[in-house]
Amino acid sequence: MPLLLKRKSVLPGFGISLGFTTAYLGLVVLIPLSAVFFKAAGVGWAGFGDAVASPRALASFRLSFGASFLAAAVNALFGTATAWVLVRHRFPLKGLVDALVDLPFALPTAAAGIALTAVYGANGWLGRPLGAIGVKAAYSPLGVAIALTFIGLPFVVRAVQPVLADLDAEVEDAAQSLGASRLAVFRRVILPTILPAVLTGFAMAFARAVGEYGSVIFIAGNMPLHTEITPLLIVTRLEQYDYAGAAAIAVVMLAVSFLMLLVINMLQRWTRRRAGG
Amino acid sequence: MSIEIRDVSKSFGAFKAVDGVSLGVPTGRLVALLGPSGSGKTTLLRVIAGLESPDSGVVCFHGENVTCRDPRERRIGFVFQHYALFRHMTVFENVAFGLTVRPRAIRPPRPEIEKKVLGLLKLVQLEWAGDRFPSQLSGGQRQRIALARALAVEPRVLLLDEPFGALDAQVRKELRRWLRRLHDELNVTTVFVTHDQEEALELADRVVVMNRGRIEQQGTPMEVYDSPANPFVYRFLGHVNVFHGRVREGMVTIADDQFGDRRAAVYVRPHEIDVERSRNGNGALEALVKHVSLAGPVVKIEMERTDRGGNVEVDLTRARFDELQIKTGDRVFFALRNMQVFPEDYVI
Amino acid sequence: MISKIGKSHPGQWLLTAAVLGFLSVFLVVPVVAVFSYALQKGVAVYLSALTEPDALAAIRLTLVTAAFAVPLNLAFGLAAAWAIAKFDFRGKEVLVTLIDLPFSISPVIAGLTFTFVFGLNGWLGPWLGRHEIKVIFAVPGIVLATVFITLPFVARELIPLMESQGSEEEEAAQVLGASGWRTFLRVTLPNVKWALLYGVILCNARAMGEFGAVSVVSGHIRGLTNTIPLHAEILYNEYRTEAAFATASLLAFLAFITLAAKKAVEWRRRRA
Repeated sequence: MPLLLKRKSVLPGFGISLGFTTAYLGLVVLIPLSAVFFKAAGVGWAGFGDAVASPRALASFRLSFGASFLAAAVNALFGTATAWVLVRHRFPLKGLVDALVDLPFALPTAAAGIALTAVYGANGWLGRPLGAIGVKAAYSPLGVAIALTFIGLPFVVRAVQPVLADLDAEVEDAAQSLGASRLAVFRRVILPTILPAVLTGFAMAFARAVGEYGSVIFIAGNMPLHTEITPLLIVTRLEQYDYAGAAAIAVVMLAVSFLMLLVINMLQRWTRRRAGG
Repeated sequence: MSIEIRDVSKSFGAFKAVDGVSLGVPTGRLVALLGPSGSGKTTLLRVIAGLESPDSGVVCFHGENVTCRDPRERRIGFVFQHYALFRHMTVFENVAFGLTVRPRAIRPPRPEIEKKVLGLLKLVQLEWAGDRFPSQLSGGQRQRIALARALAVEPRVLLLDEPFGALDAQVRKELRRWLRRLHDELNVTTVFVTHDQEEALELADRVVVMNRGRIEQQGTPMEVYDSPANPFVYRFLGHVNVFHGRVREGMVTIADDQFGDRRAAVYVRPHEIDVERSRNGNGALEALVKHVSLAGPVVKIEMERTDRGGNVEVDLTRARFDELQIKTGDRVFFALRNMQVFPEDYVI
Repeated sequence: MISKIGKSHPGQWLLTAAVLGFLSVFLVVPVVAVFSYALQKGVAVYLSALTEPDALAAIRLTLVTAAFAVPLNLAFGLAAAWAIAKFDFRGKEVLVTLIDLPFSISPVIAGLTFTFVFGLNGWLGPWLGRHEIKVIFAVPGIVLATVFITLPFVARELIPLMESQGSEEEEAAQVLGASGWRTFLRVTLPNVKWALLYGVILCNARAMGEFGAVSVVSGHIRGLTNTIPLHAEILYNEYRTEAAFATASLLAFLAFITLAAKKAVEWRRRRA
């Protein structure tokens, strides 16, 4: 352990705490995760290609990434508006509304899935009026996007809220005193400040949505090539004992996850720089 | 108890924080480690405390080598720059901490701890604050609590890291005198770190001036102030005028470039310059008064030499100033009463 | 800021209305629907759905799972935060990133990993088979998958806080003669207690509510390997709507308690 330490400290417990941390992380996360890569490597490039480029897999990628993108975009828009309203406006039960924003974090995804399906189903409270105007919500790609919007809702709000709260009202007043219109103040002063936070929230919502399973499988209908998300396809392959196929698709998803982790890290650094500077 | 430091070095990566320092602190003394930030003074203090272990060298307490001892075995009192009070404990619990964490066998009984803590709170004049939390106290009060906490374990050595650094000017002055009285009363060997020369000179028995991990000079406050060992100490201990001159056969001049071929830097403090209305004596040089600042006990005069330019700072007493009646734009003559000459190529 | 609130503007009210509408449709309506569907055949049906043996078994398994996952990840969080916040070592940034990994991975993949290690065709499958130890499609697999998913919660609350608090108080305790363990118990732990509780609340909520990862390794054996969320899914697929929603309402209660506890801790932390 002394080899690892950059600077000796009088505090005890470095060896044991770092040893426990890395051993635990290795046993619970890293070693099991490596199993996926080994399993996928077992089929070779050709087998990997077949599993990943099959029409069903491609359709699932299209749906998962497309619906996730749409949901994250909706959340970027409404999440920013929600953060704005929570920071800038006063209205009854604001504290409750603020707490409620975290509901998708707290509500288990299975409950969310069942509830959304009931509400947006053909006979549901919102599904019926939507059906009357010819929109099929549940059991369609739209349903997938609805569920993903639900679970991604808090990310943008919670990313933007502190930045907006820190935004100095004086800066806006200064801009207005210099003759800028309200729209110009928003576009030239506020938006550049909160943009990194909005993008961070967007990326986090997108990353979460791509991997989401519980809330989607109820409302999606799970028709292969049509409303089958990628995580479900992995489960299906597993249930068909196609382990290599499941692993291959999982590797693609993992690659996307790592990429998103990298992007989010970069965005967060940008946010800190913007907010700090 | 005395402290003996022999040839201690400590690096952080490529940065040499302390570079071969040797230092002795006799029992009962109050010693200041003085230097700019990054001079290694805090690192040296932490090495004495055992919070850093030196790369090489030895630390002895009263002749006993403690270099490899844990800080908790050294029986020292350490006051951190930002006090490091335990924020979730009351003032009383903070001060009592060092006693209550002792193993059961050597832990004093509860009433005794209580008596001791109350005594210490009284000593630091905060007996009313026992059940307050640190966040409810002012900076100066926290400082004194930190000191009481350090004293509770009856340390053999008291170490203070920038003890007044985080306080405003008024409180600093008061606490400084208070600490001096406290030290005279308790007579614990004390080392404190400061970057404030005034503080070091006023408070300490001995001043150790540090720069770039080395000791530049040590001595009584008077010794280091009146006869600085080198230009660095000169500059660090107060304002100074530097003139470029020439040396020959033990003589120096700042007015004649033909005088000799050895260059020299002449250091003179602002109050060591005499000013006259007329040229009397042949050493005097002419200058033009640029600015007069009347605020404070001394009058600060900024002037420019007429022979070769260059600013000269002069401090005059009020009485002398009233005598001379100088104002901006006047031509005056000045002579150096006391000076120190260093070779020109000395690099600080 | 106050002046901005004071100035009432028609656009502001429109925006507020739009946001509240959005939140109602996506958050309030589904939650109301859960209770409405759960109670549509009366309280008696609701209660019997929650007290049938399979439901009780699911509740028990959920509690057992959380009872393993939360303390384990609490210990992990404390150890990780101590190492990362109090020491300067090589590879720290990598470690911090790896701790967050379970958050960015699909729960399904989390379940998949354990199948590949402990399943019949997994690395340890044959050995486990010979010794008649069941991990996949059994309780240990469910616990493992839950531990994986909830691993970062406590650590990511503690690490930034302990980093910002620095080590001075711990050093002071050392100088005053406290042992390492005492320093940790009496100085470090009280300083992070609210963040710790916050992390535990979030960790517990996710541990009890996890669906995807658990679903992959559970095998859905009634009365044995079903947690509350899995039980709700089975009931729903069997068109036992009231029972499914009654079970979902349990999860909604869990969410409410979580949000309330979270708010309470946030409030205490601001005061502390």
